[in-house]
Amino acid sequence: MTPFLPPDWLPVIFAALMAAAVLAYVVLDGFDLGVGILLPAAADEGERDRMIASIGPFWDANETWLVLGVGLLLVAFPTAHGIVLTQLYLAVAVMLAGLILRGVAFEFRGKAADRRDRRRWEAAFFAGSLLAAASQGWMLGRYILGFDGHWQAYAFALMAAIGLPIAYVFIAAAWLIWRTEGALQTRAIRWCRLSLGPVAFGILLVSVVTPLVSDRIFDRWFSLPYVVLLAPLPAATLALILGLNAVLRHMPYPGDALRHLPFWGAVGLFVLSFTGLAWSFFPYVVPERLTLWQAAAAPESLSLILAGAILVLPVILAYTVLAWRIFGGKVRELRYD
Amino acid sequence: MDPILLARIQFAANVSFHILFPAITIALGWVLLFFKLRFHATGDQRWMEAYFFWVKVFALSFALGVVSGITMSFQFGTNWPGFMEKVGNIAGPLLAYEVLTAFFLEATFLAIMLFGFRRVPGWLHTGATFLVAFGTTMSAFWIIVLNSWMHTPAGFELREGVAHATDWLAIVFNPSMPYRLAHMLIASALTVAFLMAGISAWRLLRGDDAPGVRTALRTGIIMAAVLAPAQLVVGDLHGLNTLAHQPAKIAAIEGHWQTGGRVPLLLFAIPDEAARSNRLEVGIPGLASLILTHEWDGVLRGLDDFRGEHPPVAPVFFAFRVMVGTGLLMIAMGLACAFLLWRRGALPRPLLRGLSLMTFSGWVATLAGWYVTEIGRQPWLVQGVLTTAEAAGPVAGGAIASTLAMYLLLYALLLAAYVAAIYRLAGKAAAPRPAPAALPAE
Ligand code: HDD
Ligand code: HEM
Ligand code: HEM
Repeated sequence: MTPFLPPDWLPVIFAALMAAAVLAYVVLDGFDLGVGILLPAAADEGERDRMIASIGPFWDANETWLVLGVGLLLVAFPTAHGIVLTQLYLAVAVMLAGLILRGVAFEFRGKAADRRDRRRWEAAFFAGSLLAAASQGWMLGRYILGFDGHWQAYAFALMAAIGLPIAYVFIAAAWLIWRTEGALQTRAIRWCRLSLGPVAFGILLVSVVTPLVSDRIFDRWFSLPYVVLLAPLPAATLALILGLNAVLRHMPYPGDALRHLPFWGAVGLFVLSFTGLAWSFFPYVVPERLTLWQAAAAPESLSLILAGAILVLPVILAYTVLAWRIFGGKVRELRYD
Repeated sequence: MDPILLARIQFAANVSFHILFPAITIALGWVLLFFKLRFHATGDQRWMEAYFFWVKVFALSFALGVVSGITMSFQFGTNWPGFMEKVGNIAGPLLAYEVLTAFFLEATFLAIMLFGFRRVPGWLHTGATFLVAFGTTMSAFWIIVLNSWMHTPAGFELREGVAHATDWLAIVFNPSMPYRLAHMLIASALTVAFLMAGISAWRLLRGDDAPGVRTALRTGIIMAAVLAPAQLVVGDLHGLNTLAHQPAKIAAIEGHWQTGGRVPLLLFAIPDEAARSNRLEVGIPGLASLILTHEWDGVLRGLDDFRGEHPPVAPVFFAFRVMVGTGLLMIAMGLACAFLLWRRGALPRPLLRGLSLMTFSGWVATLAGWYVTEIGRQPWLVQGVLTTAEAAGPVAGGAIASTLAMYLLLYALLLAAYVAAIYRLAGKAAAPRPAPAALPAE
């Protein structure tokens, strides 16, 4: 098997694929986990039913993007995979426990013996979602600062562990605005507005802290020509936040107009923030330690995977769209028969 | 405790928990498709009743399979960083193809299969059911390819201590892959056969003769009667293949210490590694030689030939006997039930009770089988290429021990909840209920 691309390019393409998978995961499972975190805020069992039903057909496929992201890290950058996962050993274990609880709570809740049992699985659903989201935030914080050992770095990770769940709550509320109606939708609009402020603050905080702690990142952002090229990124973020705030203030609109808008706006915010972060790190896979090229697997193996990915990813996207269409619109009860 | 040992226990605990659920979903997907197709062919409502009951079990098993599988995909990095560094060029593409060709397929079409019955046309629902079954089988294929390659590596060369692929066909179709894949797929089918027969028998014993119960019972019994004997044949071929590639594993399976001919088939013994011999041997003279070499006095290499690099003998020896013992019981039970069903059209209560006791026997045999295979490969992780100790990471024992405790606690809870939920579903199905809604026409 001969590589069909200059070998230097393969690691870059894989880094891009991996980033895309992680971004897809954060957006997609982000709203699932956020719905789980919002569960206790629902008014009654009927609302909880609808909230859970709104993510029922999606969470499994959404979670698969995590498997793909980690899988790509594993296959394309095996050395980095080893370093990252051993560094984050405990956080990963906590996240997995959270994802396990969340994933099974879904099924067990539907098959509960009585109300008490049902409440117990709802609690597991909430706790699992929160644990997973918080540990992902922690990992993000640790990763951004290159697993630095100072207490400031840990404080930063702690902030991220609080911030990411709020971001997830935000996108989940936007999702619920789209997928639900009536009192639950009204409540979702409030959740969405309440969480927008902290999300904006979090984005600001990360944008200020990372260039301050890392000279390299500072140069990446504030040297010519990047400072000009990148200027649209913060500008667009600010515009989006202000726009979302204005739209949310007057929701719901007659005829449920613009119901999709908060969700896609939230997706936009996630994409912009993620792009900013990704830019800060490039070309490192383990910040300050290992670049893409140092960590990459052999080109023959990467070409083989790339060939498969190019063939299969469009098919995956096609049937994902199919599933989104089948389960589109306002939430209905989920039944097997 | 030694971090490597802890990491091994943790990995074994995770993968053992994981395999319980694929063992069910792989074959149950196909059985559900069969139920659905039979319904369309015959219009008989009972097939659909069986479908609706077992699809709930499928959904539950699938959820547990997914969450424990996600844990598995992190375990390579957290516990065996050396594994990917050395053989990542080969393991990587195989794992990537599993995600790309199987996981997304299963996960997306599962939603349509589970919740789409009233939302999509009949053909699309049947198609989704097919794709889910196909997806689970594909994922079994890729992971078994990788696992088999670890037992019988082929198609690669070592450059500066790192494995590089030279021939992907040889990697995928490595010598033990066909045997292991066939054996595992049948293992899954047997697990499902006894699960279905066992739960259905339990319902009949409780006087629950709802439509679909006997349908599932009959399907399970026929599967068992055909596949349990087939498993014996495939397992035997698998063993011959292993003799050619991993003779130390076979020596441990047979509890055979000194190279020689006329090796007995040991029914029972207590292997003693310090004394390098067995205690309390009960065996049939010459039978092991006959099975493995097709001659009564065929010579088999003994464990003493592999001093210092053979697996721990006792676990392999006993696990093998648990698996084969369960397999023989399955053959006897499958044939007896099939015969009575054919002659009398119904099963006597003692047999129903027996089936009910064997509900989870597939799990026992499957786990025992994997223990034979995996412990039998030690001290190697990739036979002849990488040892388990070399692959371990720098994580401190304390971190591993605490996460291990967490996983074990979680798994014990989930397993109990899973079994309870299945029996609750079966019990609830027995309760009187309104007539099922009419089914949409195809
Ligand atoms: C012979 C079968 C078999 C074996 C040995 C394994 N698996 Fe598995 N796995 C499956 C058969 C399977 C499956 C049937 O495809 C599952 C179970 C239920 C399901 O949802 O898919 C699955 C699910 C599953 C998932 C979740 C997929 C999703 O999101 O849909 C992951 C990430 C893994 N597995 C990873 C692994 C790893 C890393 C293993 C190796 C140590 C492993 N599995 C052993
Ligand atoms: C699903 C069924 C499986 C079960 C029940 C199982 C069980 C086990 C057990 C019990 C061990 C510990 C052996 C020992 O340390 O003495 C082990 C080791 C291992 N197996 Fe498996 N295994 C399974 C499948 C796989 C697959 C599919 C792979 C890889 C593709 C794999 C890779 C490994 C690795 C990397 C180790 C680590 C070495 C070790 O712990 O000793 N296993 N497995
Ligand atoms: C009845 C006679 C059986 C024989 C002779 C037999 C033979 C074998 C052998 C020799 C191995 C080890 C292969 C190796 O690693 O070298 C094995 C593994 C295994 N067995 Fe069996 N087996 C039998 C029944 C069963 C049954 C009933 C089940 C489950 C329902 C089962 C499930 C497994 C599994 C899951 C493995 C590990 C995967 C593999 O290596 O194929 N076996 N078997």
